[in-house]
Amino acid sequence: MADNKNARMPKGPGGPKGPGPRGGGKPKNPLRIIGRLLTYLGPWKWLILLVVVLVLTSSLAGVFGTFQLKGIFNSLEPLIGAENPDFSGFLQSLATMAVIYVVGVLATYAYNRIMIHVSTGVMHRLRTDMFKNLQGLPLRYFDSRTHGETMSRFTNDTDTLREMISNGLPNFISSTTTVLGVFVMMCVLSWHLTLLVLLMLGIMFLVLKSVGGRSAKGFSECQKQIAVLMGNMEEMVDGQKVVKAFCREEKAIEGFCRANEDMRVASTFANTYANVLMPIMGNLAYAHYALTAMAGAMFFLFGWIGDIGTIAAFLQYTRNFSNPITQMSQQMNSVFAALAGAERIFELLDEEGEVDDGYVTLVNAREDENGALVECEERTGIWAWRHPHEDGSLTYTRLRGDVRFENVDFAYDPEKPVLRGISLYAEPGQKIAFVGSTGAGKTTITNLINRFYDVPDGKIRYDGININKIKKADLRRSLGMVLQDTHLFSGTVMDNIRYGRLSATDEECVAAARLAGADTFIRHLSDGYNTYLTGDGESLSQGQRQLLAIARAAVANPPVLILDEATSSIDTRTEALVERGMDSLMHGRTVFVIAHRLSTVRNSDAIMVLEKGEIIERGNHEELLSQKGKYYQLYAGMFELD
Amino acid sequence: MFKKLLPYIGKYKKETILTPVMVAGEVLMEVLIPFLMAWIIDYGLNENPEEHFLLNMLKNMGVENPRVPFIAILGGCMILMALISLVFGALGGRYAAVSGCGFAANLREAEFRRVQAFSFANVDKFTTASLVTRMTTDIMFTRMTFTTFTRSLARSPLMLIGSAIMAFTINARLSLIFLIAVPVLAAVIFFISTHTHPLFLAMFKKYDKMNEGVQENLIGIRVVKAFVRGKHEMEHFELTSEDVMNAERRAQRLMVFMSPVMQLSMYACMIAIAYFGGNQIVAGEMTTGQLMGFISYINQILISLMMISMAFVTFMISRASMERIVEVLDEVPDISDENADESLTVRHGGIVFDHVDFSYFKDENNLHLENVSLMIQPGSTVGIIGGTGSSKSTLVNLIARLYDVTDGRVLVGGKDVRAYKLKTLREAVAMVLQKNTLFSGTIRENLRWGNENATDEEIEAACRAACAHEFVTSFPDGYDTDLSQGGVNLSGGQKQRLCIARALLKKPKILILDDSTSAVDVATDASIRAALAERRGEMTTIIIAQRITSVMDADQIIVLDDGKVSAVGKHEKLLETNDIYREVYEAQLKGREEGGEIHG
Repeated sequence: MADNKNARMPKGPGGPKGPGPRGGGKPKNPLRIIGRLLTYLGPWKWLILLVVVLVLTSSLAGVFGTFQLKGIFNSLEPLIGAENPDFSGFLQSLATMAVIYVVGVLATYAYNRIMIHVSTGVMHRLRTDMFKNLQGLPLRYFDSRTHGETMSRFTNDTDTLREMISNGLPNFISSTTTVLGVFVMMCVLSWHLTLLVLLMLGIMFLVLKSVGGRSAKGFSECQKQIAVLMGNMEEMVDGQKVVKAFCREEKAIEGFCRANEDMRVASTFANTYANVLMPIMGNLAYAHYALTAMAGAMFFLFGWIGDIGTIAAFLQYTRNFSNPITQMSQQMNSVFAALAGAERIFELLDEEGEVDDGYVTLVNAREDENGALVECEERTGIWAWRHPHEDGSLTYTRLRGDVRFENVDFAYDPEKPVLRGISLYAEPGQKIAFVGSTGAGKTTITNLINRFYDVPDGKIRYDGININKIKKADLRRSLGMVLQDTHLFSGTVMDNIRYGRLSATDEECVAAARLAGADTFIRHLSDGYNTYLTGDGESLSQGQRQLLAIARAAVANPPVLILDEATSSIDTRTEALVERGMDSLMHGRTVFVIAHRLSTVRNSDAIMVLEKGEIIERGNHEELLSQKGKYYQLYAGMFELD
Repeated sequence: MFKKLLPYIGKYKKETILTPVMVAGEVLMEVLIPFLMAWIIDYGLNENPEEHFLLNMLKNMGVENPRVPFIAILGGCMILMALISLVFGALGGRYAAVSGCGFAANLREAEFRRVQAFSFANVDKFTTASLVTRMTTDIMFTRMTFTTFTRSLARSPLMLIGSAIMAFTINARLSLIFLIAVPVLAAVIFFISTHTHPLFLAMFKKYDKMNEGVQENLIGIRVVKAFVRGKHEMEHFELTSEDVMNAERRAQRLMVFMSPVMQLSMYACMIAIAYFGGNQIVAGEMTTGQLMGFISYINQILISLMMISMAFVTFMISRASMERIVEVLDEVPDISDENADESLTVRHGGIVFDHVDFSYFKDENNLHLENVSLMIQPGSTVGIIGGTGSSKSTLVNLIARLYDVTDGRVLVGGKDVRAYKLKTLREAVAMVLQKNTLFSGTIRENLRWGNENATDEEIEAACRAACAHEFVTSFPDGYDTDLSQGGVNLSGGQKQRLCIARALLKKPKILILDDSTSAVDVATDASIRAALAERRGEMTTIIIAQRITSVMDADQIIVLDDGKVSAVGKHEKLLETNDIYREVYEAQLKGREEGGEIHG
């Protein structure tokens, strides 16, 4: 019988999988996860039903085809020695066999092909769903997990799962049906011998449990070790400059070798048990075969079994019985690993997204002859908040950029308050600066304005509207942010600028770059605006990346700007250039600026000095200096060294 | 390629050789066991006209019902052989695990050692992520191929040969069917695997691209959210994910032929054999039993063939991985201390740049530093100032020989940096880099990078000088606070201060601060510099800064502009003679006069 289960080809980037899983660990509630996976297979349920039929056809064809062989030989018996043998019966059986086989082969091809279609489709859907959900998650989720952790759900976990669905499922169907069918036949043939089979099954189960269990445990240990090792490598390679500058190469190698040795020991342990399982199961099957033969012969001689044919058939079934069991046992680990992976995938899918019950939206508007705002489709340059009320009426409020904080308290971790009693008022077109030492809560304030984190109702108002009522997407669209950590995406420089507003033309992007003072350096790049950036723009200097981030905000052209240390890595000379552009960018907008370089904030309308989450001083530059408080000290600090 | 990888088997040679030996033992038993099985059926259960020698022996001994002990003896033998086979198999599995994992560990270590010897130019070529993949996933594939070769490849050819011999002895004429079937099958398998290989490679590439996209999205999630690009990103991801799906379908579509083709050829052989064999039986040239045996050997042969093809495919897929490993092992670190003088020590902190040209791409026409000549006295303080991209960091990187000059030379302590052993040179130079890296471990452990044997007092003193002591002691665990990877639970300014303390602990001859107080507020910056001045002694200090106040009291200020030295001198002189310097000064200190007004 063609052993197509062994013909498993490495699939997917996981490539050839070892006998054991890479995901490791056991799922907590396998049945629930299987149930949920089945719902995922829903759209393909008819195809899967077809697969079940085809798999059955394929295995039945194998069984019947081989069965046919006996008939063929029997039909030969009377012909032996005949003068003029009549082969027609023989040929007919042969033809029947050929037809059965062809049907079987076609079924095998068809179900493999369908499974590829289904499994890749399911994976695509799972990935897309995961990614979608990921986009909606609150920042807290990203704060509390490493990227690697989330990444591995997209890679390792989907890999093992796909492997299981495309290979495991058909194998499981055919193995189960074979085992069940054979078992029924055995019971019919001889219940005495079937008892022996049950005994053997018990032993095999025990072996599986102890050896297989150990290998599963070993593999999850491996998984842990590889994570440690990867962490170590990443750290050392990433921090190589420091390693070299401090001559720590030997120490680094030493530390690596320790982790590497742990990994070796763990993987040797896991692989030993995984490797040993097959020979044990296979040879147990041989021993069982021998026992059955011996017992069968005894029973025959004792007269418990009527004829030799029964024993011969039973022996044949014994072999058919143990093969799928061995195979299933081999796959047990990967099934569990896949389920554990599926569990992690569902965990991500179940993660609660950002709450957004905002209903106030941002619309384009124009003024009618009475000066009232009217919503319209085209871009007018005038934006309005569309505010539906409970009684069904609508009001429109012009977007002006008026931001108020009223006694805002905030903490990422309830134990450690970050902001205490912050009240502030930014009038449209004002430039508000935050000054303070690291950890004073400057960035947190801006994170609250764009609702990266939420505060209780009514504490923050935007154009008089409670920001919790504003749809997050619309709120953020009205705010332009240049963040402390600039992030660039793989793509051309132009693409990265256009990220600010997808509909921007090339000319608008270039104009924005010019405004940000980025145009000169971009033109010096190998391909100018078409230079392809990879790996977070690692080929650019930190300052150049910041200039791009500013250009990106400029192209978005928002009514309110938040600049979080936007110019920290730009040297003062370039900053002077940027500032000219920034000044025109800031003109007529409400701007929040965070900077510790005081020259950046001097010309603000109001400067808030933060310390330990509280505003300790506020006023414009001159006022603050005359107060001779903290700001004065900071400012004077510059002169102490003159 | 193998020649390069195989030596890394190292001390696991014994296990590597023993694995196939054990497997061979197992195969031997597996070939013999069916014989016993056939005997039990043919002689023990069926009436066979030919007498079995064992049965005759038992009869001659006068055993009444000789078939019972016959079956018992053969069955016992079979169980014994199964047990022997089990032991062989288990040992084979064990040795395979030991040798495979050992080989993998050796390879990984070799790679890591090589990477540690890399210069930055080397690392830049590979990127961190790629290097980590080369040390994990690629090694895993290589290990699997290695294990496949030692285990399966010992088994399959043996099985193939053994079965072929057995089949041939049963019926040579019928065996000719193989001669047709095997090459056809081999050709098909070869065709499929060679044609799928590029398709799989294409798929991997798409897959990598998708993962890159996810990673970028994770890193830049704040930007995505701030610009409300969630939907855009989703659409983008859906496309790449679909790309992956289609690429995989393309690759698998061909692969899916594998098992039906195997089945088809096996069944075709079966039918052909049944037909020809049937004719032979009728002609009395063959018995039914022989034909049955023949068929089972055919199965063995075809399965072995399939296993070989599997190993072949595994190899094809991991070939790319092996090549990637060899690439790392073959990469020649472009900075080494081969010609260094062991005994040479850095005598003082004087630095000379002698007509230095430097290019990251080793390209004379694309110089990042051009004709730089400088003289820095031991014990002096030097400020470097210049615009973004004016190569300030590049300049100081040459001092610790993080890169080699393209032309000219850099002297430290009166000797060319290339004359020192790297360790000697770098021990004398402490750098606080722009990108602050702290490692997993406690704060104390991180600080000890500067000096293994630093006492707690020394650590505290260094931290006080770097204005770090106060915040460190504000943590509940103080100096024993554990820093997660990259020190993420510290603010930028705190990290910078710890890095300065770490450098101070080294007690270097030259201290380089590469914009290392950018995230520290002005007052702290000033007190750090005051503390440094106190501790200075013979130490040469180089400060790269954007704040002009950080450098204006230096003994010497170097103004860099686009890779060239624009001017060197003291603050007052530069103010008079250098436009760039004056411009920076005025841009930064225009508030000074106003502040002065308030004073007045």
